[in-house]
Amino acid sequence: MTEEELVGVVFELLRRIAPETDPRALHPEENIRQALNIDSFDALQFIVAISEKLQVDIPEEDYGKTANLKSLIAYLNQRINK
Amino acid sequence: MISFKMPSLGADMEDGTLAEWRKQPGDKLTRGEIIADVETQKGLIEIEFFGEGILEKHLVSEGQKVPVGTVIALINQEDESEESPVVEIPPSSWEAPIPSSEKLSVSESKVSTPVRASVERIKISPLAKKMAEVNQVDVSVIQGTGPEGAIVKEDIERFLSSREKPEVTPPSSKIEIPEQSRPSVPHHESIRMAVAAAMSRSHREIPQYYLEKRVDMSKALDWLKEANKERPIQKRLLPVALLIKAVAKALDEVPDLNAVWENGLQRMNEIHIGFVVSLRSGGIMVPAILNADVKTVDEIMETLNDLIPRTRAFKLRSSELSQSTFTITNMGDGGADKVFGIVYPPQVGIVGFGEIREEAVVEQGMIGIRPVMDVTLAADHRATDGLIGGKFLAALNKHLQNPESL
Repeated sequence: MTEEELVGVVFELLRRIAPETDPRALHPEENIRQALNIDSFDALQFIVAISEKLQVDIPEEDYGKTANLKSLIAYLNQRINK
Repeated sequence: MISFKMPSLGADMEDGTLAEWRKQPGDKLTRGEIIADVETQKGLIEIEFFGEGILEKHLVSEGQKVPVGTVIALINQEDESEESPVVEIPPSSWEAPIPSSEKLSVSESKVSTPVRASVERIKISPLAKKMAEVNQVDVSVIQGTGPEGAIVKEDIERFLSSREKPEVTPPSSKIEIPEQSRPSVPHHESIRMAVAAAMSRSHREIPQYYLEKRVDMSKALDWLKEANKERPIQKRLLPVALLIKAVAKALDEVPDLNAVWENGLQRMNEIHIGFVVSLRSGGIMVPAILNADVKTVDEIMETLNDLIPRTRAFKLRSSELSQSTFTITNMGDGGADKVFGIVYPPQVGIVGFGEIREEAVVEQGMIGIRPVMDVTLAADHRATDGLIGGKFLAALNKHLQNPESL
């Protein structure tokens, strides 16, 4: 999966959780949850959705790496395309 | 015969519009079955019936808006002999009983309507009131002919037909109640106003006291971390599941806070925790986690996984909106350090959880860095006092220091 495809998946799942926002406006190093106003419950749902969609396990200690787009995409890239 | 009434889905609900009957006359009803869908300020709610019997009759038609407490259907209990109707059927097939004047003044205190000021302390049936509102009739000039001089449908009809009015008025034989646009998603303003009404009532009626306690969350978070390692991602626990369980257990020890204030303190047998959910569009809803004390932490998390998305989609059942015996408001991470709740009447207490954050903590003369959380309690001083409230916070703290036994 290319990085562009990964970004597409992430945006789609973010739109599902925060439908009134536009994830394309996110700055790569901006905190996703703060920018899109996502609470801890929806944050967990987002991680579950990514994990199911990409068939990848995301252990709890890695949640911190999902905080912004840059680190999230890098993390997923490394988990999937290792 | 059972009179099935429009349920109150919280102190902030004044009326509901019967959107759809899910059960028809002659249908058998079993415990927990959904009898109707009702449109409220909180969305389309499934109304459950907690009994058994056969639906005898609808007293309210689809599209009709009636105040809380109005009898909307008659239900025949199966073991009942035919000649023992306990409830009188009103002469007019769908006219509801007269609400008490107290109830009336509450339901009249909402947004300004042309007849608002004059309606107070006038006995009037809900249907007649609705007709008066629709037709902008000043009911203070009408002499009621119903029970105890109450104004009923016929009185309004008589008034309308005698009123000289060149423009078109609805035909007097058939009452036209304006069809609601029936939005399945209520506007956030209406939700905010409903909550504000309940909070205003709380401030007006409840003498509240406030307590606060700082809780060391190291043990709880360590336990969660270990617990989540064993769980697949879909089953992982959030700290709030542990907090809800700890509150339920603390309430079990301090039952005076698991109660409602209705003509005095009434302790509740079951522990149903109302959980404040913020809506993305603005406003909050407070669905209940039923029987939280007998659920495991995993079951509470499963309930949240089901309940929170349904709350945000405005798809709740009546029991989930009406049965809370205590409330939790949780800031979660990224929020404020402390949150001071406002007691949601008729409940007598609300606990507020601030954000978990690292702080310097002194223990046995040593300073350490620990994750801590400020917990607040707001409670009804008519029901309890600071001593009981303090006992509750101490019990809550004790349970959070022993997460493995939750």
